Amino acid sequence: MNHPLVSLTIDGIAVQAAPGSTILKAAQQAGIEIPTICYHDHCTANGLCRICVVEVSGARTLVPACVATVQDGMIIHTQSERVRRSRRTILEMLYSSVDLSEAPEIETLALVYGADSQRFPGAQRREPPLIDDNPMYIRDYAKCILCWRCVQVCAEDAQYTYALNFSGRGFETQISTFYHHPMPETTCVFCGQCVGVCPTGALKPKREWLLEKGYTPEAIMGLTRNERRGKKRREGLSH
Amino acid sequence: MIQPERVVSTVCPFCGVGCNLELHVRDGFIYKATSSFNSVVNHGNLCVKGRFGHDFIYHPQRVTVPLIRKKPQRPGDRTQAFDLSEWREISWDEALDYVADRLVDIYQREGPHAMAVYCCAKATNEDNYLLQKMYRALFRTNNVDHCTRLCHAASVVALQMAIGSAAMSNTAAEVIENDVFILTGSNPTENHPIIALQMKAAVRKHGAKLIVVDPRRIEMVDYATLYLPIKPGTDVPVFSAMAHVILKEGLYNRQFVEERTENFEAFATSMEKFTPEYAESISGVDRNLIIQAARLYATAKNAAIYWALGIPESSHGVANALSLINLALLTGHIGRRGTGLNPLRGQNNVQGASDAGAMPWHYPGYQRVDIEENARRWEQAWNIEPGGLSRQLGLTTTEILSSVGPGGVRALYIMGENPMMSEPNLNHTRQKMQELEFLVAQDLFINESGAFADVFLPAASWAEKEGTFTNTDRRVQRVRQVIPPRGQSRPDWEIICDLAKRIEKRLGRPTTAYWDYRHPSEILEEMGRYVPEYAGVTYERLEREGGLQTPVWDKQHPGTPFLFAETFPRGRGKFHPLDYTPNAEMPDDDYPFVLSTGRVLEHWHGGTLTRHSWLDDLFPEPLVDIHPDDAARLGIQNGDAVRVTSRRASIVLRARVTPKTNPGVVFIPFHFHEAAANLLTHDIIDPQAKIPEYKAAVVRVSKARPEELGTRAEPQPRGRY
Repeated sequence: MNHPLVSLTIDGIAVQAAPGSTILKAAQQAGIEIPTICYHDHCTANGLCRICVVEVSGARTLVPACVATVQDGMIIHTQSERVRRSRRTILEMLYSSVDLSEAPEIETLALVYGADSQRFPGAQRREPPLIDDNPMYIRDYAKCILCWRCVQVCAEDAQYTYALNFSGRGFETQISTFYHHPMPETTCVFCGQCVGVCPTGALKPKREWLLEKGYTPEAIMGLTRNERRGKKRREGLSH
Repeated sequence: MIQPERVVSTVCPFCGVGCNLELHVRDGFIYKATSSFNSVVNHGNLCVKGRFGHDFIYHPQRVTVPLIRKKPQRPGDRTQAFDLSEWREISWDEALDYVADRLVDIYQREGPHAMAVYCCAKATNEDNYLLQKMYRALFRTNNVDHCTRLCHAASVVALQMAIGSAAMSNTAAEVIENDVFILTGSNPTENHPIIALQMKAAVRKHGAKLIVVDPRRIEMVDYATLYLPIKPGTDVPVFSAMAHVILKEGLYNRQFVEERTENFEAFATSMEKFTPEYAESISGVDRNLIIQAARLYATAKNAAIYWALGIPESSHGVANALSLINLALLTGHIGRRGTGLNPLRGQNNVQGASDAGAMPWHYPGYQRVDIEENARRWEQAWNIEPGGLSRQLGLTTTEILSSVGPGGVRALYIMGENPMMSEPNLNHTRQKMQELEFLVAQDLFINESGAFADVFLPAASWAEKEGTFTNTDRRVQRVRQVIPPRGQSRPDWEIICDLAKRIEKRLGRPTTAYWDYRHPSEILEEMGRYVPEYAGVTYERLEREGGLQTPVWDKQHPGTPFLFAETFPRGRGKFHPLDYTPNAEMPDDDYPFVLSTGRVLEHWHGGTLTRHSWLDDLFPEPLVDIHPDDAARLGIQNGDAVRVTSRRASIVLRARVTPKTNPGVVFIPFHFHEAAANLLTHDIIDPQAKIPEYKAAVVRVSKARPEELGTRAEPQPRGRY
């Protein structure tokens, strides 16, 4: 099974990579870091956030490095002006609509790419109310960048439970349970794989969230069952 | 957004999978658990217990001060005290002096047979090694056991008879290398959730074919190529009929049988009677399914068998397990990667507690107590005069309680177990607990058993001490201290050392067995000097290399991912002829249902930990699963209060009407004191393994009034299967 390696050039460096490997992996092997947001080593890559785009000579559009595979003779630029402008704009658009205050990796990228968090001051923000419907974790979709990791680990990437999916379209798109059912009434088994892969603090263990809200450990452990369970009904949820 | 002060790597304290945890701490409060995606055990995945179930550490009802009963307890009228008002706080010195005085008094008056101890499969290898050492070296008794007796005892006995070992032969993660695997008497999506993920991936991503043989239509049936809905307790006919088909159709591995096994002829003859037709008449499984399953398993390149407590927890549990072992020997599906005989161990450290000698017939390392050479070895290890250690097999968990009374066991020491929930036929257990002369409980909470105690010793939780656990695939991993012990609680190993020194002094022994350990690493080192399988396991290596899979024969040995590549520990694998024995109780007109008991995803065993966790919010009350056809016949709706009655007792709880159980079978989890399933079970045991038949008491089900329910918990609607 020894396929010949593919030869390509990334940022002027000659790179050899196994056929079928992604541009992202080939670059990593060569010590070239391409930024990612939605990508996670243990999830299926979908090229959703487009922060990993690179310029491939001869290609009409920028190419997402996390899903595009290497081809023989490719010439790739990971830091061209077009690439950097694209990344900057993506970050500025994320800032315009999502609360990124708990996404330090994205905040670092914003510094690196000189993104102006106030570039689109009048933009409509996505600010659905926080969902506190179970004793294990909260969902604050105002912080959600729709990276899809939670949906995927709930499905075939780990748990095969399928409690989460998208609802809505376009700007209204949000991660949701089916029919916005409270989490305990879905197929959810509360494994928290989704919490484990969330990059922005949109999903958070309940006790961590309570601690942030200023509760002391004693106060947290003194909550009643009904307080721990949160809202049982569907009131206050967007749809 | 808060930043942790520390993130500490350790191992999950719940099931035998042994998931790696990273606990995030702030102000001594563990507020989050994550897991490294590079973990070879769980690849960053956790279940609800591992991810969210560690809050029991901080529960307001946790006891962190030594306690003694205000009213002295006497054999015969010993009572349960759940309320702190019935206890008096005392100092550690007072508590340990008192315990030492009482234990030594009883020992000197009654002799070694009056002493007994329950070790704990939740505690570390080091804790268990020391507690069995204390009882063997000081009280000269082998009345040492733990919940393995109620768990895989029959699997262990059968594996030792047939191949000479008693653990999973292969690594759990090898399931993706199976072409075919049989899952029986096991509900991994709830009981070994991370192994279940690997099984699902094996089917969906790696092309494995799954055969489920189970009296419940568990979630894994959704992933199965074949599902054999077996009646409880008919495992021997079904698996022997598979062997019958494999023999008749010449699908067995002749070379393997000739080179690696013995007793084939006698076995083959005994399989003659197990025709698929005969098996169908007993088990209710369509004969064609049995034939298909036999062909699928036998003709696979790599096939493995995974089982849990549905196999051993039976009055013929050893025979059940042997019927599986026979299949592996017949087809040669053992001794290679992606094959094997894999009993999925329940507790986080049931493998380790067994390895560490918390068993009545074995010293650490499965060294029989009745073999002179072994006794001599441990006498030397513990500075004991020749002939000092008992050569008599000790009493098992169930036998210990049965023998309580004048002339029998008088004093019982319980570390972390809860027999008042986990023993079968609890009314009998209660009577025996009442008859004890002296009872010590060492735990985090006053559970149903500790409530009977004279003295309560507050132990540190797993997050408050150092040690090692050995998981289901024999992987020894480090348990690390994350926070200081709460209140005055102390690590089990420290309590035992301090107590043992006091006892040794009172006994006036001329030499000491040694109790001056400064760190648990020294305890493991002592064990490794006398247990060859652990010879190469040291804390330094565990720090450097992560987990090590036993056997690890020396300091350079890399560990053993799968067993029996060349030979079996007993030499040749031995086939065992089998006969079908019905369950001790069979359904009749008065008791038409078979009751199976077990666990649910959100809870752990007797509930000492998880009923004191927010996990309880997700599953707050006992439920009996009943099939829709049976429910309709009895006029029972989902959520109705029902009475479940066996020959021994009756409990009232809500019904969950679900196709997850098959017609004729009802299922009750055993976590709930409000309607304790083990009031209903019977204490008939397997004659060889002494394991009770938890999976097959017969019961009747009738409607009850809601006010008869033992719980006032508001039901939590759940959508999970």
